[in-house]
Amino acid sequence: MKPIVRVENLSKEYHLGERGAAYGSLRETITDAVRAPLKSLRRSNGNAKSNTIWALRDVSFDVLPGEIVGIIGRNGAGKSTLLKVLSRITEPTSGRAELYGRIASLLEVGTGFHPELTGRENIFLNGAILGMARAEIERKFDEIVAFAEIEKFIDTPVKRYSSGMYVRLAFAVAAHLNPEILVVDEVLAVGDAQFQKKCLDKMQSAGEQGRTVLFVSHNMPAVTRLCERTILLEEGRILADGPSREVVGTYLRSGLGTTALREWRDLEKAPGDDVVRLRSVRVHTEDGRTTDAVDIRCPVGIDIEFEVLRSGWVLVPNYHFVNEEGLYAFVASDKDPEWRRRPRPIGSYVTTAWIPGNFLSEGTLIVGAAVTTMDPVLTHFFERDAVAFQVIDSLDGDSARGDYGGPIPGVVRPMLGWTTQFEPRAFEADATHDGETTE
Amino acid sequence: MTNASDLPSVHQNNDADAGSTPPKADEALPGESMVLPEEPIVTIEASKSWVSLQLRDLWNYRELLYFLTWRDVKVRYKQTALGVAWAIIQPLFTMLIFTLFFCKLAGIEAQTGGIPYPIFAYAGLLPWMFFSNAVTSSGNSLVGSAHLITKVYFPRMMIPGSAVAAGLIDFAIAFVILVFLMFYYGVAPAWTALMLPVLVMLTVVLALGMGMWLSALNVKYRDVRFALPFLLQLWMFVSPLIYPSSFVPEKYRWLLMLNPLTGIIEGYRSSLFGKPFNWTALGVSTLIGLLLLIYSSYSFKRMERSFADIV
Repeated sequence: MKPIVRVENLSKEYHLGERGAAYGSLRETITDAVRAPLKSLRRSNGNAKSNTIWALRDVSFDVLPGEIVGIIGRNGAGKSTLLKVLSRITEPTSGRAELYGRIASLLEVGTGFHPELTGRENIFLNGAILGMARAEIERKFDEIVAFAEIEKFIDTPVKRYSSGMYVRLAFAVAAHLNPEILVVDEVLAVGDAQFQKKCLDKMQSAGEQGRTVLFVSHNMPAVTRLCERTILLEEGRILADGPSREVVGTYLRSGLGTTALREWRDLEKAPGDDVVRLRSVRVHTEDGRTTDAVDIRCPVGIDIEFEVLRSGWVLVPNYHFVNEEGLYAFVASDKDPEWRRRPRPIGSYVTTAWIPGNFLSEGTLIVGAAVTTMDPVLTHFFERDAVAFQVIDSLDGDSARGDYGGPIPGVVRPMLGWTTQFEPRAFEADATHDGETTE
Repeated sequence: MTNASDLPSVHQNNDADAGSTPPKADEALPGESMVLPEEPIVTIEASKSWVSLQLRDLWNYRELLYFLTWRDVKVRYKQTALGVAWAIIQPLFTMLIFTLFFCKLAGIEAQTGGIPYPIFAYAGLLPWMFFSNAVTSSGNSLVGSAHLITKVYFPRMMIPGSAVAAGLIDFAIAFVILVFLMFYYGVAPAWTALMLPVLVMLTVVLALGMGMWLSALNVKYRDVRFALPFLLQLWMFVSPLIYPSSFVPEKYRWLLMLNPLTGIIEGYRSSLFGKPFNWTALGVSTLIGLLLLIYSSYSFKRMERSFADIV
């Protein structure tokens, strides 16, 4: 099949330093012009070279129509630059890309939203900015409003919207774009979980209609669930390109992704609210060693350290375990009897959950950490990809896999109690003989 | 208008129009029946040293121009107590001040050709206010739209373009006051008023030429923001706004003609009050206006590439 996106040796160079990165002033340009001979002298020394960075370097790949391709990598690996070049926001320095379909990019939700305008007005404005025709917006208007669930507030200026409403409306417009190629950057990181799912479903159905989607995300479960194929970028180059499960696995194993320990040093910026804030999440072995690779036979401890800033709240720390395919393995919440239904005084807490050995399946587990109040239900924070660790199965034959060496499906691999009842037959020879006689 | 069903036949593969089809689709095509065009719809590569204006791209995004203009107009007077009245207050009060201070000065009134000074001044202020407001707002428009430029693609010319277009609305409102004033002073409009649309067009061309160029420069050199009000203030005094061009000694009048606004401002008065046109001055305005527009379009396109990286 012919590709719908063909990228050949795409490179993008950015200039850093005082000049170039920031805007200049006329005076600098004039003085530079005067100093020009000096500057060219300096450039020949290779000094100017150190001031540039290659955000993309010889990136080549093809995308077939209908493919949903994930693009992952660390911050600064070039993901956003790639999307910006493909959506024609910025020009490549060299190389080329050919698009055999109309493209729409969604690098942010609500681009061009104006706070003073009403929801209705912003739908039209935002739609037009994203490239929708007026007639098309009119036709889809009701659908967009219904999708955003903001019928009642459609004629209210969006500055009066809650942030959730704002995001829902913004995404609803974007979700109703109908280009052949859709480029999405991390927009799903916003909004409540239920709405996120709705958006993911909408994108997924887009793919089934033959739409090609390029999807940048840090949300590994979403990437593996949505995309069959994933491209891993590192320092502007393609490090891996293949089936999502493998590439995400490579990424997580390489230590480029989430780690066994995440700390938020600045309490102000840490996840949380005015009641409780997250300090750190850590994966460790029984002897307290922080690790991102655990033996399938050994217990794993997950620590969550949090700061209670306001007393009087009943707080339940809980963990969400998702495997690299994006499948929820399980959710576990604090069962420490000492703090059950007991309001917490101000202070620092470390809560540990122990996952028994011989329970998890091998592979990568991504841990989301949250602190919730149950009555009424209020999530103080939910850090989705807080930490991740790798479960490694043993081939010694004493784990649940036994002596079988191949891949085993399933999110858990518990060591069950097995019993066998055996009754020896006294006349084994007769049994065989019976079989023969019937012939 | 392009729609999905005729997509395969719409391939513009020449570089001049590369990337001109905006993503406006009807229903998405099902995967199996999707036929890809032979030539890419969009080719992305480093632009060559020459630039093309990509006029087709502009045409395809014409609805966006409408929406951006509409937004500018809508937002401008929101949360102001007087609202649209500001479009009138500005020229009206300037006119009153002019009348108060300059009317009797140095016999200006004797040189207006029998036109009451207030209308004379107001007729000149109309194009001037439009021009100076349009140049100011379009000059600052790109910098003010950084969040759009870095997040979504569309022809960047739409931004200064819509700022100029929004100025036209104010112009129209202020024009209504002129009609009242003429009625009040008993000045009947002449048939030459039919020239007005041409003159308005000419003012737009000039304002767009200036605004577009300055907006692109402003992205790179923020000096523009400071230089602009100063420049416009000087410009006002060398335009026949307070005085008629006949006020300037014959010897130096050619200098005044070099100002493209001279022909325009005098043209408004001539057409409204049925005076003979100064075709030389109008010719100069047209020539300068068109040359400036062409130059600034190409210059804008050349600078456009780096907008997203430096804005």
